[in-house]
Amino acid sequence: MKIVLKHLTKRFPNRNKKIKDDVIAVNDFDFTIPDGKLIGLLGPSGCGKSTALNLICGLEKPSEGKIFFGERDVTELAPEKRGVGLVFQNYALYPHLTVYENIKFPLENFRGDKKLTKEEMDAKVKEAAKLVQIEELMDRRPNEMSGGQQQRVAIARALVKMPQVLLLDEPLSNLDARLRLQTREELKRIQLETGITTVFVTHDQEEAMSISDMIVVMKAGVLQQMGKPQDIYDDPDNLFVASFLGTPQINVFKGKVKEGRVYIGEAPVLDAKGVKDGDVYVAIRPEGFILDENGPFACDYVNREIMGRDTSLIVSHPDFTGEKIRGIISSDDEVKIDDGKVRFSLKPNKVFIFDGSSEERIRL
Amino acid sequence: MKNKTRNVIIYALLSIWAIIVLFPFYWMILTSIKSYSSYNSEYVPKFIALSPTVENYVTAFTAVPLAKYFFNTIVFTVVTTGMMLVVVVLSAFAFARLDFKGKDLLFSLFLSLMMIPNELVIITNFVTITNLNMRNTFSGLILPSVTSVFYIYLLKENFEQIPENLYKAAKVDGTSDFRYLFRVMIPISKPTIVTITILKVIECWNSYVWPRLITDDQNYFLVSNGIQEIRENGFGRENVPAMMAAVVVISVPLVVLFLVFRDKIMEGVARGGTKG
Amino acid sequence: MKKNLTAWLCLLPAILFLGIFMVYPLFDVLVYSFEEGYNFASQSFWGTGLYNYSYVLHDPFFIQALKNTFIIVIITVPLSTGIALLISLELSQIKALRDFFQTVYFLPYVTNTLAVGLVFMILFKKTAYSDGLISILIQFFGGPSVDFIDGPYAAKMFVMCFYTIWIVMPFKILILTSALASVNEMYYKAAVVDDTPKWRIFYKITLPMISPMVFYLVITGFIGAFKAYSDEVALFGTDLNAAGMNTIVGYVYDMLYGNSGGYPSYASAAALILFAIVFTITTINLMVSRKTVYYQ
Repeated sequence: MKIVLKHLTKRFPNRNKKIKDDVIAVNDFDFTIPDGKLIGLLGPSGCGKSTALNLICGLEKPSEGKIFFGERDVTELAPEKRGVGLVFQNYALYPHLTVYENIKFPLENFRGDKKLTKEEMDAKVKEAAKLVQIEELMDRRPNEMSGGQQQRVAIARALVKMPQVLLLDEPLSNLDARLRLQTREELKRIQLETGITTVFVTHDQEEAMSISDMIVVMKAGVLQQMGKPQDIYDDPDNLFVASFLGTPQINVFKGKVKEGRVYIGEAPVLDAKGVKDGDVYVAIRPEGFILDENGPFACDYVNREIMGRDTSLIVSHPDFTGEKIRGIISSDDEVKIDDGKVRFSLKPNKVFIFDGSSEERIRL
Repeated sequence: MKNKTRNVIIYALLSIWAIIVLFPFYWMILTSIKSYSSYNSEYVPKFIALSPTVENYVTAFTAVPLAKYFFNTIVFTVVTTGMMLVVVVLSAFAFARLDFKGKDLLFSLFLSLMMIPNELVIITNFVTITNLNMRNTFSGLILPSVTSVFYIYLLKENFEQIPENLYKAAKVDGTSDFRYLFRVMIPISKPTIVTITILKVIECWNSYVWPRLITDDQNYFLVSNGIQEIRENGFGRENVPAMMAAVVVISVPLVVLFLVFRDKIMEGVARGGTKG
Repeated sequence: MKKNLTAWLCLLPAILFLGIFMVYPLFDVLVYSFEEGYNFASQSFWGTGLYNYSYVLHDPFFIQALKNTFIIVIITVPLSTGIALLISLELSQIKALRDFFQTVYFLPYVTNTLAVGLVFMILFKKTAYSDGLISILIQFFGGPSVDFIDGPYAAKMFVMCFYTIWIVMPFKILILTSALASVNEMYYKAAVVDDTPKWRIFYKITLPMISPMVFYLVITGFIGAFKAYSDEVALFGTDLNAAGMNTIVGYVYDMLYGNSGGYPSYASAAALILFAIVFTITTINLMVSRKTVYYQ
């Protein structure tokens, strides 16, 4: 089931009552989420991604715009009429019910000709439990389980009524690091097995990149870019997207374009034919640095962190906008330090330039 | 050494108060198993019953309608508590979970009613019930005490502590507000509801003033009024042992209830009870 | 607006009951108290004014009730709070038998005051057969024979206060033990490290920490004691005026119902006077507490 958003906007009255202007949590979303894929809705906290999820789910009504599931307009439908499953960040399991009862809960709401017999319910509950591999926990209560187990129960509860769309709100953020890796594989597996269109919200770019078929990056209610994770990483539309994706973070320098060349300080780092002169941001991915004694770009050596196969080389430069410049190099490479300086040449496809005021990408 | 003396003093003082508390209970049981003649022949009462008897208990149930008082009190307690629970749960649910115009204002009005002492409104209630011809009826006894603003407040606070996400999860699954109330809110708030129930049961079992005002027909007396009636017009003569037997019978249910639910009751009273 | 309707339907029973049995009576009692010469049978009155108040304030029975109530309040509130504090402090220092003592101390809370009052009456009353256990004990130690129930005023007042304290102690002990238990152990440890003497720990740490609860007990104690009534009935019977042991609440009920009843106007005036007294005392209490109670 594809999800079509048409000019979707959500405004809230400002909490600070002195300010009359509304807060725009979701601003003119207009895109299509393809059928049967796993989509990551990514952005920093407070960017409106949870609101977007609530709109798709039906817990919130949009101020403007429409939502379609396939060809069906669901904008005015209540959540239960949309056929969606929702998993909450803190799972929202009913504490007084067992796992079995929790999973069965949504089925008991069916009325009329959809009403199920006891046997049918039992079969469906067991099927869902099997899918998330918690069959042996059926009689436990939520507080007798680990976070990871609770998470699975929450997913089973969302899946038991065979939703057309599965929505997950920060599904991994309450788990510890090791469980998080495990569970995200698990999510991917469940999604592939069921083929249900799945949207999950996260602030963790690594999480989104690792399992999504497609990611949607937002900032302050505005869609920044959507596409396949690798495509966005390799070809960001603006400085925010470039900085938000990738660890270690991309290194952003103040630079300028002069006569078809990009300069950081006095060093010409890149050719930029046809770009008009002016101030720009130059962003270099950590893996874009090549050690080169004759390279054009010199930085002050600070430190290096050896992490097995790779080494993180930490250097500094007066035009750098952040604190530490990080370059990732092979641990086999020898670092030559000359008068406290290290020289680099740069991989052109790992260097992006952005307009100095609009921060939009300038494509070469 | 110093610690030891201190301990002795502490235990001695605590024991003295324990004796003061327990002695009346001991005395009522003791007296209730002494025969009428042996009680009245002891100028200096004996601390043990030499020939214990149950005759007083028989008298208590046959000479006065103690069973009737008992039955009335049970009906009164069960119906009042039941109705109160319905009223309180529904109101707390509306305040905690539903949105409607004027909610905050109405809730403040409810809260301000907590300051009104019962003594102030009982006069009019007496007149109202009398004018409605509801004296000597269960409705007259029960209706004025089925609402408690304090319990509404207590339960509303409890309902509001249930995470918002549980409600959202239930909404996504198409759970109606009432199903959510019965399947999720009430089970989760069970401890508070049990507390409220226990406090109300104690209050009902001991209530005296209102029943006294509203009933003069023995058929509608509760145990408190019954015991007062026994005291004043009793067994035709001053039959103290039989009177004590009645007192024991009346006291037993609550003491048993207390010993069974000790922790729940003490916790409940600490959280929300004052006597009366 | 379906939601609006559901909400109001849920609140309907509460609003209805509160309206009929609390809000309406509140206004009604004011009206009654100003209706002079109200006749309950014909439901008519001959004037409006302050006569009811003046009648009540000049009624010797009311003056007696006022006096009794004030004596009960002044004696029982400080005594019961003090003893409860002492007992709770002792309880907090022991481990063995603590649960047992706590259970025993709570028993009066769950007993029917009317019923247990009878036992007290038996213990203190002088009859044709016996002087009563307490009186015999006093005589054993060389004292005079006293009838606490039908005897001198001071003796009656003694039993009255004794029984009141017996009744109110469970609640106070319970509240104070839980308040003491909630004082963080850390403070005591810190004080012991500083070699603080025991009495100083009590005055400087324990008492300030539990002072909000002590104060809560004093306020509720005052309010409760001013409303004393059924304990008196338990000891002295329903005709409290005859026994000279009536209280303000008792006076209200007597005016309303029973042999001397049928005067809701006098009852209303007396109830409002009581309310004014309680309100004033509570306000004074609150003002005093602002200066003395330590709130975290």
